[in-house]
Amino acid sequence: MAFNIYICGVGGQGIGVLAAALAAAAEAAGHSVRGCDTHGLAQRHGSVSSHLRLGGDALTPRVPEGQADVVLALERLEGLRGALYALKPGGTLLYYDTVYQPITVRTGSRAYPAPGKVAARVEELGGKAVAVAVDGLADPRMQNAALLGRLAALGLVPGLTREVLRGALADTLGGRNLEANLAVFDKAAGAA
Amino acid sequence: MISLRELMTKRDAFTGLTMGNYALARGMAEAGLRVATSYPGSPTPEIGAALLSVPEGERPYYFEFSTNEKVALEIAAGASMNGHLSACFFKSVGLNVAADSLIQLAMMELIGGLVVILGDDPGANSSQNEQDNRHFARMSYIPMLEPATPREAREMFLEAASLSRRLRMPVFLRLTTHVCHARERVDFGPLPEGLPGWEPRFDPKNGPYVPVASTVFPLKEKALRKQDEFGRLMDVSAMNRLFPAASGPARLGIVSAGLPALCAAEAVAGAAAPVDVLKLGCTWPLPAGKLCEFMSAREEIFILEDLDRVLETEIKALAFDRELKCRIHSRRERADLMGEMTPPRAAAMLASAWPDHFKAPPPREAGEEPAARLPQLCPGCGHRSAFHAIKRALPPGAITVADIGCHSMGFMPPYEMGTVLLSMGHSVSTGAGLALGNSSRKVVSFLGDSTFFHAAMPGIVNAVVQDSDMTLVLLENGTTAMTGHQPRAGTGEIGDKIPLPRLLEAMGVKFMRDVEAYKQAELSAALKEAMDHKGFALVVARHPCMLKFMREAKHKNPALKTGRVAVDQSKCARHYTCVAEFACPSFVRHDDGSVTVHPELCIGDGSCVQTCPAAAIVREKPGEGK
Repeated sequence: MAFNIYICGVGGQGIGVLAAALAAAAEAAGHSVRGCDTHGLAQRHGSVSSHLRLGGDALTPRVPEGQADVVLALERLEGLRGALYALKPGGTLLYYDTVYQPITVRTGSRAYPAPGKVAARVEELGGKAVAVAVDGLADPRMQNAALLGRLAALGLVPGLTREVLRGALADTLGGRNLEANLAVFDKAAGAA
Repeated sequence: MISLRELMTKRDAFTGLTMGNYALARGMAEAGLRVATSYPGSPTPEIGAALLSVPEGERPYYFEFSTNEKVALEIAAGASMNGHLSACFFKSVGLNVAADSLIQLAMMELIGGLVVILGDDPGANSSQNEQDNRHFARMSYIPMLEPATPREAREMFLEAASLSRRLRMPVFLRLTTHVCHARERVDFGPLPEGLPGWEPRFDPKNGPYVPVASTVFPLKEKALRKQDEFGRLMDVSAMNRLFPAASGPARLGIVSAGLPALCAAEAVAGAAAPVDVLKLGCTWPLPAGKLCEFMSAREEIFILEDLDRVLETEIKALAFDRELKCRIHSRRERADLMGEMTPPRAAAMLASAWPDHFKAPPPREAGEEPAARLPQLCPGCGHRSAFHAIKRALPPGAITVADIGCHSMGFMPPYEMGTVLLSMGHSVSTGAGLALGNSSRKVVSFLGDSTFFHAAMPGIVNAVVQDSDMTLVLLENGTTAMTGHQPRAGTGEIGDKIPLPRLLEAMGVKFMRDVEAYKQAELSAALKEAMDHKGFALVVARHPCMLKFMREAKHKNPALKTGRVAVDQSKCARHYTCVAEFACPSFVRHDDGSVTVHPELCIGDGSCVQTCPAAAIVREKPGEGK
């Protein structure tokens, strides 16, 4: 059976880099990789998702509904949405605990979920929710690095060790803000 | 990670983890492509990004984003008539714009070869419909190949280019959204040595190229003959694949193509008994021999496809003609004709015919949906400022018409600006129609600047000539923002050769106001004046795309610190204008009723400051606050 990772967040958060780094790490760990990103309209602060499927029996690129082993989210509400759509029983939602209110919340017509609410609803699905946050990030896009660091520490994906993920992150980012990102990764992974 | 430029210029064969659009672009370089043209539209613009990643002087090919899809196709066709291998790519609905010339192309001897790449969008992920362009192949006598993966996108482009050049006819390559944007490891070949020169090889003797009256029939005969020849080649093509590569035929079989075929193959892996999947590489013309062979060897088949009943209709007709005994199943529900195929959907459809072999997955019960997050205009967007000002100037009952572009999002709450939308450039003429015989309700249409050049100019000329009693608001941001900031005519690569106001004046527009979109009072006043004007009036609301502007500013100066606004809590009277009416995503409404500014989102543009009735929004200097 394929190991499925559903990645989600808000358009503009840099989900593409997160997905690319994860795909590279999965290949480095010896997995066969298939996946896809959402582009276009979704980048304007809408919900965005990216899919990653590890294993040769995954022929199609999208994670089917309710079949994600891991849901990785860059924002709390999107984490809940992603888990409700994709998480399978026994799976884990790992999300970066930042809040971007959608318009329905800002106009007062809908409520924004508290962390406890997210945990409870994920538990109803038979899964578990883990939140991560790192203080004092120089750039919000470094939340990606924090998420990957915690993913490594929790060992949620077979073969994606701290070394493999760290290497893939460095390779994907190239030179830009590399040291700061790796410092965030290490802090979230519990190495600093 | 390999850069786009390396992907396009590496001389030797290599392998890489790549997106479908990029794999296709590399395939273009491997095929020795000389000319590529496009109009940007999801899901295809990344093909252009890959082609543009090579600096202009070093490109072995010519590439341009043209004014619209028809222009793009004509340039590629002209280049092909000159002997140059050409390709043209655009989104699904772009084919409607290009159709007038496309429909002629099968009758032409395209000596250089021409591949027309379509980005269809089952699921309407980023399009105004789910148009099934497989119909166009039949109508235009143009063969159609359908890749399912990034690897196949490259391979089938090479195949399409080679067949197109050999038969001197156009070939469609139909991708869908999640083929374009899929990611997998792809094996690439080397780049060709010594491309043919640029000398023009057009010769009317290759034609004729003028289908008029009696010459139409020999040209049509030729198109039909080439189509038949293509079909014979497809009967033995390796692009048709069998899943699983079984030893003998199973009792049941599935016929499919593209991504739906892979969904079928995944569903079959969980079936109770063996079921074969025939994945067609070419869906027009159909490989009739291959299909008959597959059907004759099986008791029952299921035709599995996305969208319209295209394969189904033709394969059923084929089986009828050949008097095949095979029982043919197909999708049963109206809902099956909508949205994109997934392996669970495939299993559910197959279960309707073969309940002993497949199980429909149980519906997912996940309880109440969380608050939706629809796309929004970015912080600092000039369209938001314009909508806010225009909404205040509109009389009750006014009808607002949207066009395609970022500003289409204005139809959603809280703006509700632009409540009719058909297609690129329609807003002027639809508005003119809504204004006919209408003296009680003002009509205001919106239009972006890329769309202006794309398809709105004939409508504007018409509105000028008829003096249609309406107002057109041209939201000028200087780019094609929605699809990722490709240059449009009048900026970027083409240069500032076409200044909009002068062009509009020359087109005969008599009433025109040109306003900076952040100056809301001025814009409101200009709109009122325009609506009071009897006849066609035009207001330009101008502000650069701030997403592009900020990206470029940060690229130039990575250390750039932008300012921010803040809400002065001592002044805030909780009107919520900023958060709920102006509705910049940067404002945050807290449970205690207070409003603050999100530090990660605000770009410090300050277009919100004027909207606060209590004057509680203040500017912070860079570095101040948190």
